[in-house]
Amino acid sequence: MSSVVLFTIVSLSVLGVLSAIILFFVAQKFKVFEDPRIDQVEENLPAANCGGCGFAGCRNFAEALVKSESFDGLYCPVGGNETMEKVAQILGREAVAQDPKVAVLRCNGACDFRPKTNQYDGASSCAIESALYGGDTGCQYGCLGLGDCVDVCNFDALHMDPVTGLPVVNDTNCTACGACVDACPKDLFELRKRAKKDRKIYVACRNEDKGGIARKNCEVACTGCTKCFKVCPYEAITMNNNLAFIDADKCKLCRKCVPECPTNAIIEIGFPPPKIKEPADVEATDGKTGPAETIMKESKESINNKEE
Amino acid sequence: MLKTFAKGGIHPPENKLSAHVTILDLPVPKTVSIPLSQHLGVPAVPVVDKGDAVKAGQLIAKSEGFVSSNIHSPVSGKVVKIDKVPDTSGYKKNAIVIEVEGDEWIETVDRNGDLINTFDYSREEILKKILEAGIVGMGGATFPSHVKLTIPRGKKANYLIINGVECEPYLTADHALMMQKGEEILVGTMILKKVLDVDKALIGIERNKPDAIEHLTRLSEKYPGIEVYPLQEKYPQGGEKQLIKALINREVPSGGLPIDVGTVVHNVGTAFAVYEAVQKNKPLIERVLTVTGKSISKPSNFRVKIGTPISDVIEAAGGLPEDTGKIISGGPMMGKAINDLSVPVTKGSSGILILPEPEAKRKKIDPCIRCSRCINVCPMGLEPYLLMSLSQKNLFERLENEKVMDCIECGSCSYTCPSNRPLLDYIRLGKVNVGKIIRSRK
Amino acid sequence: MSKLITISPSPHVFGSQSVGRLMYGVILALVPALLVSVFFYGMGAIIVTLLSIGFCVLFEFLIQKFILKTEVRISDGSAMVTGLLLAFNVPSNLPWWIIMIGALIAIGVGKMTFGGLGNNPFNPALVGRVFLLISFPVQMTSYPVPGGLNTGYVDAVTGATPLGIIKEGLKSGLSISDLMKEVPGYLDLFIGKMGGSLGEIAAAALILGFLFMLFRKIITWHIPVTMVGTIALFTGILWLINPDKNADPLFHVLTGGVLLGAIFMATDYVTSPMTPKGMIIYSIGIGAITVIIRVFGSYPEGVSFAILIMNGFVPLINRYIKPKRFGEEVKHG
Ligand code: SF4
Ligand code: SF4
Repeated sequence: MSSVVLFTIVSLSVLGVLSAIILFFVAQKFKVFEDPRIDQVEENLPAANCGGCGFAGCRNFAEALVKSESFDGLYCPVGGNETMEKVAQILGREAVAQDPKVAVLRCNGACDFRPKTNQYDGASSCAIESALYGGDTGCQYGCLGLGDCVDVCNFDALHMDPVTGLPVVNDTNCTACGACVDACPKDLFELRKRAKKDRKIYVACRNEDKGGIARKNCEVACTGCTKCFKVCPYEAITMNNNLAFIDADKCKLCRKCVPECPTNAIIEIGFPPPKIKEPADVEATDGKTGPAETIMKESKESINNKEE
Repeated sequence: MLKTFAKGGIHPPENKLSAHVTILDLPVPKTVSIPLSQHLGVPAVPVVDKGDAVKAGQLIAKSEGFVSSNIHSPVSGKVVKIDKVPDTSGYKKNAIVIEVEGDEWIETVDRNGDLINTFDYSREEILKKILEAGIVGMGGATFPSHVKLTIPRGKKANYLIINGVECEPYLTADHALMMQKGEEILVGTMILKKVLDVDKALIGIERNKPDAIEHLTRLSEKYPGIEVYPLQEKYPQGGEKQLIKALINREVPSGGLPIDVGTVVHNVGTAFAVYEAVQKNKPLIERVLTVTGKSISKPSNFRVKIGTPISDVIEAAGGLPEDTGKIISGGPMMGKAINDLSVPVTKGSSGILILPEPEAKRKKIDPCIRCSRCINVCPMGLEPYLLMSLSQKNLFERLENEKVMDCIECGSCSYTCPSNRPLLDYIRLGKVNVGKIIRSRK
Repeated sequence: MSKLITISPSPHVFGSQSVGRLMYGVILALVPALLVSVFFYGMGAIIVTLLSIGFCVLFEFLIQKFILKTEVRISDGSAMVTGLLLAFNVPSNLPWWIIMIGALIAIGVGKMTFGGLGNNPFNPALVGRVFLLISFPVQMTSYPVPGGLNTGYVDAVTGATPLGIIKEGLKSGLSISDLMKEVPGYLDLFIGKMGGSLGEIAAAALILGFLFMLFRKIITWHIPVTMVGTIALFTGILWLINPDKNADPLFHVLTGGVLLGAIFMATDYVTSPMTPKGMIIYSIGIGAITVIIRVFGSYPEGVSFAILIMNGFVPLINRYIKPKRFGEEVKHG
């Protein structure tokens, strides 16, 4: 009996040692030379593997960083300037600082503002709905509310507001990785430059229909009336296809355009309550609580931002 | 056993409510709105301006490139605007809106209903007439017909297949057309045969239309080379690939066209349109469509001017029922639900189906129980359950390897799934995404 | 129109099949076999079946409601089917607490840990059964002798199964022809008058269930026919080689859970392959493994193990056995 045990132990150990030796030589022979800096760089990346840099994962991005000559077009939005600075140190290069950004939803067509014209009953995916239909309201440009963006966000920065049916961006969590920008079939997300205290002023609408039609389908649509365009002292506003757009780089957050908008399509977030707001405007905003107003209450101050 | 295709397929309740209803002419509407993109391919370019007076049959938009199609005015009147109008998808597309005045036609059109069954045009002349008349596939795919009729160099057609299958439940427009315009269809078939230079034309009709089979068989005795084949009822037999398989047992290769196996398939409606274009010089400005549904008071087949608002058509069939839940342009399997009754009838509208409220809603989605029913019914030999989950996970490379692009979007899988899974919804999304990747590779 | 109309992608009409209908169809197909068992094993069969179904449904409910906190879907009938099949795979004198453990393992471990209906790689009822077989070998293999309707529950007289008799007999050097006198005749085997697990005995009733499921298009013929065919083929070859040491194929097919396994266990949607070709490979595998266990292994019966082993291969089969794609090979003519 004991000889059997002994034999088993000895033969297994011999087998084990043998395989270890073989494995060792095989590993030596097939070892691929890898730049050790890749590992170093990877360690400094956020390890979110979100694809915000345009690569499949942090490792691929690290490889690309090490291999390329300069940092042109290579930027990790999640880690931001700090991370890029560290990577630059490892690689002995110059990091180009970029302005931090944040995602904003350019649609404010909450259920109250934008009446439904039909009921969508297909698979619950914005991409599927939008491939076949304009949407369940008269506005073919607006949010479909099925949350494809929420599904792709890796940073818990988006959630659906059950009251408005629109996604809400959590500025603190948002890393501007751009996943939602790619996911939204209506192209409603925009990465805008972060301003002080997360202030922003932007046109929350992408409706290119003529004013009357846009207005009929959604109370808070941009009608392309050009009032804001005319009032802006910094030429930050452009008009295209019946739609105003505020360039975050030129916008100085002076808030002149906001009260001009007859449909309240321009949203300001993060500002103190307006000091001398005309009664008319107060009325227009009162009573209806869109996401903009909700967030406005949370934050004391103001002035905002834009994208590039 | 009658002929049919080998793999997969389903047989939903037929509900051909309007099967024996005579085709009626719908009165000319007050305004028509004619989308510039009623065909597959590049939208046509308007050749009229706002304010222009047009006559019925007059060219109003010219085809742009080879895969495109001419569009003619179906009415006489005045162009009131050229602007974006919502189409069946709810997206706004460019369209020409004409206000009807009087009933003036361009002179060349022969409006006499008599049959002309002889012709001696050359192939080039016929092709030119078809091209000019703006004929597209009338079965619903709306592929410009002249493209199909231009055989690529190095290929040869040996059969012309005429599709009289009409396998979609509810729809009866082709059936009615075969009964009433049988001879015209056969002449159209002779014309198509000549263009393609083939000796044999096969007309496939499912056996749920015995009268049409009998009628066309009798008429076809006079027309050499045309044979009528009864087929077993099975959806999606009206799909080109399935019909070819059923009739001549050839399989169009993956990514290929019918001409790769020596055939060209045209719908009976297209054959009729070809007859009118060649023998009567009449461009494609009207079509036959079915208006049907269980609660519609008069399920009917109408001949309708292109551009007529769908609301007019429904009105003529007794109006929109109280319990309407869904309005579908086309058949219940492949048609499109629409949300706006002002959308116009287009060249590809084969029917309007009204589903009552309870039927309009999908049922609750359950987890996939891997029963393999979807695989068994897929006529293309795909694995819908797998395609759906790959599409949800964005695994495009595997999707492509699993032949997602072969899916003909027949919907048999979604129809069959006991768990009510939206298989085709996700497969379609996968096709869109994989299609983009394939195109970007070129 | 006051109400909004619905839009959705095509298709717009759907078949009438549903998960619930399929599952209740399976349950219906199992009823004849259950009746036969009650006829032979009396009250015990009823009690074990009810307990097993009750526990399976209860555990599914509790797990969905309180542990996973997902939607409770006991009404789709799948837990009932598992419970019924578990009962069919145990002796009709099994004490209630063993049944409870079996149900807990079947539903808790076999099904829910993998994410519930549709995701479990192994047949839950078999997971439960095999667990019990290993943990409680005595209780699980003391089969009551068929004694008619008045047979008691736990106090039933027990005996060996025909397969057990053969296995033991062969070990002690007897030949098949001697042993055949000790086991029930073919007619008894066919109607189910023998010792065995609750539901595996009634060949005729199981086949009736099979025909019903075929007719209702709940399953296809591929798995049952191939599996039974493989077992008959292999045991037939062995029998022809040495009829003194091997029982004949008909005996093999009618005894031990072959029919129950082939018709109801191996055909479980979730754990069987998706394509007909895959199903055939899978059931040949089950047949072959069953015969190997029966003839060469130490257990008299091998269907449960064989099915579980082949369940493990299903993902592989699904990955590599594809249906014939349309237009794959270009045919002319
Ligand atoms: S996968 Fe495509 S071709 Fe196959 S049944 Fe579904 S819709 Fe039809
Ligand atoms: S038919 Fe439905 S439940 Fe069955 S395998 Fe396909 S997707 Fe799954």
